[in-house]
Amino acid sequence: MSVIYILLAISIIVAVGFFIAFIIAVKSGQYDDSYTPSVRMLFEDELIKEKTNKTILTKKEQ
Amino acid sequence: MSNNTCFHCGLDASSSRIVYDEKSFCCNGCKTVYEIFSANNLTCYYDLQEAPGATPKEVEGKYNFLDNAKIVEQLLEFNDDKTQIVTLYIPHIHCSSCIWILENLNKLHPSVSASIVNFGKKTVRITYNSENLSLKELVKLLSRIGYEPFISLDDYSVGKKHTDRSLIYKLGIAGFAFGNIMFLSFPEYFQSNEFWLEQYKYLFRWLMFVFSLPVIFYSAQDYFISAFKGLRSKILNIDVPIALGAAVLFLRSTVEIVFDIGSGFFDSLSGLIFFLLLGKFFQQKTYNFLSFERDYKSYFPIGITKITSNSLEESIQVYDIKKGDRLLIRNEELIPVDCILIKGNARIDYSFVTGESEAISKKSGDKLFAGGKQLEGSIEVDVIKTVEQSYLTQLWSNDVFNKNKEDSFTTLTNKISKKFTVTILCIAFIATAYWLFMDATKALNVFTAVLIIACPCAIALAAPFTLGNLLRIFGKLKFYAKNASVIEQLAAIDTIIFDKTGTITSNTETTIKYEGSQFSHEEEAFLKSTLRNSNHPLSRSLYSLLNEHQIVTLDRYEEHIGKGIQAQRSLDSIKIGSATYVGHDAESATLNTSIHVSTNNKYKGKFTFYNKYRKGLSKLFNKLKKEYDLVILSGDNAGEKENLTKLLPAKTKLFFNQKPEDKLEYIKHHQNSGAKVLMIGDGLNDAGALAQSNIGIAISENVNVFSPACDAILDASKFNKLYHFIKASKSAIKIIKWSFALSFVYNCIGLYFAVTGQLAPVVAAILMPLSSISIVVFTTITTNILGKRLE
Repeated sequence: MSVIYILLAISIIVAVGFFIAFIIAVKSGQYDDSYTPSVRMLFEDELIKEKTNKTILTKKEQ
Repeated sequence: MSNNTCFHCGLDASSSRIVYDEKSFCCNGCKTVYEIFSANNLTCYYDLQEAPGATPKEVEGKYNFLDNAKIVEQLLEFNDDKTQIVTLYIPHIHCSSCIWILENLNKLHPSVSASIVNFGKKTVRITYNSENLSLKELVKLLSRIGYEPFISLDDYSVGKKHTDRSLIYKLGIAGFAFGNIMFLSFPEYFQSNEFWLEQYKYLFRWLMFVFSLPVIFYSAQDYFISAFKGLRSKILNIDVPIALGAAVLFLRSTVEIVFDIGSGFFDSLSGLIFFLLLGKFFQQKTYNFLSFERDYKSYFPIGITKITSNSLEESIQVYDIKKGDRLLIRNEELIPVDCILIKGNARIDYSFVTGESEAISKKSGDKLFAGGKQLEGSIEVDVIKTVEQSYLTQLWSNDVFNKNKEDSFTTLTNKISKKFTVTILCIAFIATAYWLFMDATKALNVFTAVLIIACPCAIALAAPFTLGNLLRIFGKLKFYAKNASVIEQLAAIDTIIFDKTGTITSNTETTIKYEGSQFSHEEEAFLKSTLRNSNHPLSRSLYSLLNEHQIVTLDRYEEHIGKGIQAQRSLDSIKIGSATYVGHDAESATLNTSIHVSTNNKYKGKFTFYNKYRKGLSKLFNKLKKEYDLVILSGDNAGEKENLTKLLPAKTKLFFNQKPEDKLEYIKHHQNSGAKVLMIGDGLNDAGALAQSNIGIAISENVNVFSPACDAILDASKFNKLYHFIKASKSAIKIIKWSFALSFVYNCIGLYFAVTGQLAPVVAAILMPLSSISIVVFTTITTNILGKRLE
């Protein structure tokens, strides 16, 4: 019967949780720059460890 | 070598013959950058994008002002004993390689602990250890790899800048509440009388009430404030009916749930606010990397080198310059104050100030104005005015820069909303009066229902979405408007005023025409060799234009300042310079810039310099002349008059020798007689005119770096498209009017329900979002079609 109170409470807590996450995200500046992060995630960390000169040469000559 | 372009920057490298690591480079600078990158395992830079770099510039001594602790302190965002954080603006950021290399700065210097690029704003935020790396060294490091930061007076004390994110918060809250309230009101939509739902409906209703509180008191506060301000200054702007509708919605809904009459309209309320904020958000999205509000501060350097009485060099802040100080201006440095040249060869590029591309030579004792850029070696100058009193700064103290153009312009929406508000209030009162006689219990319901359903959400959305979308499309086509009202105003203009140099002429090119008898091959080689020795700007242009020749050695070479040059080789002599100097009778004074040449005391002919006009100029003017008054206001002499009259439609008015103040006055005069003026200019000398006109468009060859304060920036390559942009603006106004018609239809349907007293929550819940969404869809589709036609 009064299970609806629990359900409502849970759903609202979840909703408010997401809402707080949103506020934190805005505050941390996540919405200030919407382009750079999309590029940044494509960079690979390992590439530089290889002998660099050769890799470039092959790339250029292709 | 198969590849003739520079591996680093992509420029032509065929003549440089610099080969390193089997790659060609255009100059040693580019090679050095490559060396730095390859030595630090950073060549991945070149994998991401082909030829991503820029040629590094010589910066010796340029950043000495960063030795001054006071200046550095103002630039830093954060500073404790060890760590410093600084945000630098780097105009060269243009591709993913740039992001990669700048975010890998720590590999170039171990003291850098983190660097984060903001691509949109073209800035990099660097955290570094100040014990091993000073800000000056950091800036030098960036310059060495081709990412020279641009530090101007504008950056002074930026550390405390704060970004306004309130609109995102408001939008988020409204959207959050909207979604939740919609869910909670589902039972009411179906009007189910089930026991189970009946029992809990009070809980649902009060929850909706709680959710709507932040919407009405936080998200919607701007509308109430704006409506209040409008009413106080006796203007019925669009926010008045919106605020009225929102307030009535909230109050009636609250009353309904308190007295258990119904469930209220909280869903419509939050939906309405959400859509309105969405429109505002869309309209506000402008270009981060462009600056429309420039003043002299964006052009001036922060620090300058002062020569103290015991001839020591000292870096001081620009604001600390006093009258009588002796300053050292290095190569490529901007002169910050009006001064007198004391020592050195001055060749000043005033193109920031006048738009004139030719550098001017000055001799000791001449007056130099603020804003000029020294091009050749370093000079010493004596200060005669402080920064605040200098010519350029004075221009900015003119009143036109202090008034807000937007405030004085009544938008189409506001014009309509005035009539709209009056009509709605009339309908509401008449309907209430009618129901008072028929069925008094319903009267109040009808009154509030009319105000709710007539809330001009759709009307308020039409303009932001149409203009916002068009703003985005224009931006793609390299026409950057500051805000949406620029497009509305562009549609209303009737007079177009052009600046000449740099606006209708190209800044980077001049053409030279020769009149006179033919040169022999030897004579031409002789001429070229003589010109090679001269530093005069005209000699330089002519030198670069003559054919390649073997350079011959001269026996004698003399330069007479203000007259010309003379050279001797075996038995031949040559004179290059003014007409009288070379022994030619001063002809009927033509105002064109020309160089006369004589060999062995025999007059040969003259080279005349002409401005090169932008492509499609004639065509553009012929299109524009049918609908607009065209005027050319030029700061130059009338030398080009004949040329221009041939090129442009007969109706075009031409004015020459116009000072910046004259241009401003001319526009003011025409505005007073009712003209709506569009000013198109480029240099700082047009800044006043651009601000005074209804719309000021700055033409820019390099959009990222320099353009004066204006309402819109147009890329120089798109100059011939100007007519199309104006036409598209006019079409946008038509789209808005059609949207108004559409929302009027919705309002009529809604009003029928409201007036007859049968506005159920479900009707409002369907009708209000439906009208908003369909307007958004309609304007988006039509503006996209408009944009397609532009391309």
